[in-house]
Amino acid sequence: MTGEQIIFILTALFTLGSGFMVVTSRNLIHAALWLVSALFGVAVTYALLSAAFLAVVQVVVYIGAIAILFIFAVMLTRKDMRDQGPQMNSNWWFGALLSVLVFVGLFFLLQGWNGLSRTASEIPAGFDAISELGDALISPDAYVLPFEVASVLLVAALIGAVYVAAFNRK
Amino acid sequence: MTTELLIWLIPLPPVLAFFLIVLLTNKNKALSHTIAVGAALLSWLGSMIVFVQALGVEHLGEHPLGGEPINWLPLGESVDTYFKIGVLVDPLSAVTLFFVAWTVLMIFLYSVGYHNFGQPEGDHDHPGLPPHGATVEEHGHQRSSPVGKHVVPSIEPMYSRFFAFIGLFAFGMFVLVLSDNLLTLFVGWEIMGLCSYLLIGFWYAKPSARDAAIKAFITTRIGDVFMLLGIAYLYSRAGTLTFSEIFAEETLHTLATIPSGVLGLSAAGLIGLLLFIGTIGKSAQFPLHVWLPDAMEGPTPVSAMIHAATMVSAGVYMVIRMFPLISLDPTTMAVVAFIGAFTALFAATIAVAQNDIKRVLAYSTISQLGFMIAALGIGAYVAAVFHLVTHAFFKALLFLGSGSVIHGMEHGVLHTGNHKVDPQDMFNMGGLRRKMPITFWTFLIGGFALSGFPIITAGFWSKDEILADAFGHGHTAVFVTLAVAAFLTAFYTMRQITLTFLGEARTKEAEHAQETPWTMTLPLVILAFFAVTYGWVGIPEHFPALGGLVPNWFHEFVGGTLAEHPEAVEFSVWPLLTSLFVALGGLTFGWLVYRNVNSAAEDRLQIPVLKNKYYFDEIYDRVFVKPAYWFAETVIYKFMDQSVIDGILHIFGPVTDRLGSAIRNYFDLPVINRFFGDGSANVTYWFGGKLRAVQTGRIQQYLMLALVVFIGIGAALYFFLLA
Amino acid sequence: MVPLSWYLIFAAALFSIGLFGVLSRRNAVAILLGIELMLNSVNINLAAFWRYGDVLQMTGQVFAIIVFAVAAAEVAVGLALVISVYRRRNTVVADEINMMKW
Repeated sequence: MTGEQIIFILTALFTLGSGFMVVTSRNLIHAALWLVSALFGVAVTYALLSAAFLAVVQVVVYIGAIAILFIFAVMLTRKDMRDQGPQMNSNWWFGALLSVLVFVGLFFLLQGWNGLSRTASEIPAGFDAISELGDALISPDAYVLPFEVASVLLVAALIGAVYVAAFNRK
Repeated sequence: MTTELLIWLIPLPPVLAFFLIVLLTNKNKALSHTIAVGAALLSWLGSMIVFVQALGVEHLGEHPLGGEPINWLPLGESVDTYFKIGVLVDPLSAVTLFFVAWTVLMIFLYSVGYHNFGQPEGDHDHPGLPPHGATVEEHGHQRSSPVGKHVVPSIEPMYSRFFAFIGLFAFGMFVLVLSDNLLTLFVGWEIMGLCSYLLIGFWYAKPSARDAAIKAFITTRIGDVFMLLGIAYLYSRAGTLTFSEIFAEETLHTLATIPSGVLGLSAAGLIGLLLFIGTIGKSAQFPLHVWLPDAMEGPTPVSAMIHAATMVSAGVYMVIRMFPLISLDPTTMAVVAFIGAFTALFAATIAVAQNDIKRVLAYSTISQLGFMIAALGIGAYVAAVFHLVTHAFFKALLFLGSGSVIHGMEHGVLHTGNHKVDPQDMFNMGGLRRKMPITFWTFLIGGFALSGFPIITAGFWSKDEILADAFGHGHTAVFVTLAVAAFLTAFYTMRQITLTFLGEARTKEAEHAQETPWTMTLPLVILAFFAVTYGWVGIPEHFPALGGLVPNWFHEFVGGTLAEHPEAVEFSVWPLLTSLFVALGGLTFGWLVYRNVNSAAEDRLQIPVLKNKYYFDEIYDRVFVKPAYWFAETVIYKFMDQSVIDGILHIFGPVTDRLGSAIRNYFDLPVINRFFGDGSANVTYWFGGKLRAVQTGRIQQYLMLALVVFIGIGAALYFFLLA
Repeated sequence: MVPLSWYLIFAAALFSIGLFGVLSRRNAVAILLGIELMLNSVNINLAAFWRYGDVLQMTGQVFAIIVFAVAAAEVAVGLALVISVYRRRNTVVADEINMMKW
């Protein structure tokens, strides 16, 4: 068991545990905070995968913006400060069953793939992942179009969200 | 214009007049009679031209005028065979054409005056009834009416219609005379039958006229049916209906020798007999004579047309035409002679007891036709034709004269206003010779011609020839019968003349009688001329003193029609004496008896049997008419039509109704409506009700459902495709 | 020397947990939390495949970047919707937002 593997296992357990707490917390603030920790674990995973940029972006965007957004949304939608009532709906067991089924199915599918035990290849020296990523994002031969479209999408979402959640004129 | 074309065109003007009047000029009386008389004049002109041309042809019998027949009906036997029709002018049709053209023209002209053209319209005249007089506010020649105005004869309301019908009638006769085959002859025959119905029933609002028209049509129809059978049988045996082909030697021989299977007659005999029955109907011989006296219901020009000029002559004409065929079988000839002679005597006995001026002439016609038929029966071909022609002239004259008399009497009736007086009853007349001189003299000439007054009348020559033929060929029974009939003819003719014209007027109406206008008296004069002179074209060669002065043109000419020229009979003094005796004796006797008789009560010859025509009408009514009515009403109408046929039809209604109801109630409603219609709706509703539970509006449930399906499909795909 | 399979199984498990959250939580915001987990698991997958495939091809990372953007947009709009619904109907319980039922 190499050190890498041990770190990976710890990170994975941490993330999965946080994720489980996200979906089972009664208190929604707690759930949002557990989401923060889960996202953090995912960022560590990116780092393990040598995707440094992704890790940083994960922390900044996901934790720094999206999770905060969640917390705000939770605060804005509380009738009172107590969480009452069950947090699971009446069919939660069926949802659990389905999730297990999906996992089992995915596991099963993965077993049939022979590239499963591939190991990571060496990163070539002098390989600057970030500049390569930057090139890829704005190069016309590469992914400039999805990049631009994604920015348009963000503008649309921005405008949409503002409009939808704007104050109702009574 | 070749002669052939002219012959084809002769029947055309009258039928054109018919169509023009019917379709266009019915309202305009003057135009209608102009068209009609003009048409008669054109046909007359054509006929005269053709007649003169025919006179000029040598041996007209062997080379008749007429040209080639035309192809008419395609026959199915082989390609290009046709039933051919054509025209024929041989000596027989030439002389017939002559008298038909003249009498038709005279009658057309006469009708203008008879129907009171130029007179005002009647007070309450009605189409369908005879005109009844118009009151006029003028200075009339009589001031006897209390109010100072008097009644004059009024114009016939259906004036144009009359001319249309007699136009059609003339067309029928011309077609009959000019045809070269039996079929078109029959066509003309039937057209005249139709017109006799239309014209006898001209005043259709009178029930007696309607009945008389039906009687005439049906009685002649009986004869026509047999005639048609004869024509059909002839066609089946001879293969042709054209006269020239029938009268060819081999054809006649064949027909004479084939047995017909009926009564032992040969084919020719049976055909002749059947055709003759047609003549019995058309020429009113016994036993189908009953229609002719009742046909006096029609206007007088119609009586003249039907009973003198055209229709009854057509019957005799047909027998004369078919003489070569009929004369082949002695049985048929015997039947013909018997019927002719019997009818001659039979009708003469009835005529003696009639009081209506037209009825006397009607029975006289029947009797004279009997003479002609009897002449044919004994083989006197030329004599029969001669009598046909002379009879047409003097009978037409007599009828038109009687019409003139009746017109004069009606004038008197309108004057006195007494409509109960019958203007046609001879016992209401008397002394009319002073009031109506032209009518009197022409009627006298006609009457003498009918009686056979010697030398100066045509009737003498023709009747004498018949008697001479009968005597000369040894047909004693026929001779005696005809002689007695001739005596009676002279007797009743003189009775008629005496009662009508001689003596003094017996009623006020007769006192006020008046001569008729020129349109009526001119035809009388012209016909009188022919009644006198026509006899002189047929004077026998061996006649004492006069014979041989003028050649017997008629005998030569008409005799040429037959293949074998008939010989003139040898002259014998006995028939001549007989005819002199019966003619003069009958006339004298009639005058002697009737110059002192003033009313029907004094007339000793008003024997009921004779007056009632031997009760034949009553017998026919009992034996034929009433059973026919019973059959029609009870058997056919009540039983067949109402019970059987209507019964069947009445079943259809309820059956269909029940069937419909059954289908509706047992199939349509439960199966189609409830099961299929409502059922499918209910099933869909139930399904929908059950299925909509899925749509809860809760998105997590939607997502779960989607996942279930996704997993299911994934598993299926994996196991069936990838594994 | 971590085999690829570990990463993939890890991502699958995270995905299933997120799925469980989506299907079973009453609160609408909690449902969106679950969706975030699922999106993150997808990103892990993408990054793993980049690393364990051809490193020189930046496709994997680019895809992951795009997913970031999309996820951010989706969360923004989704939460805006939830807030809007909360204003209207005064509830965030997903089961009570069922006007689209039959």
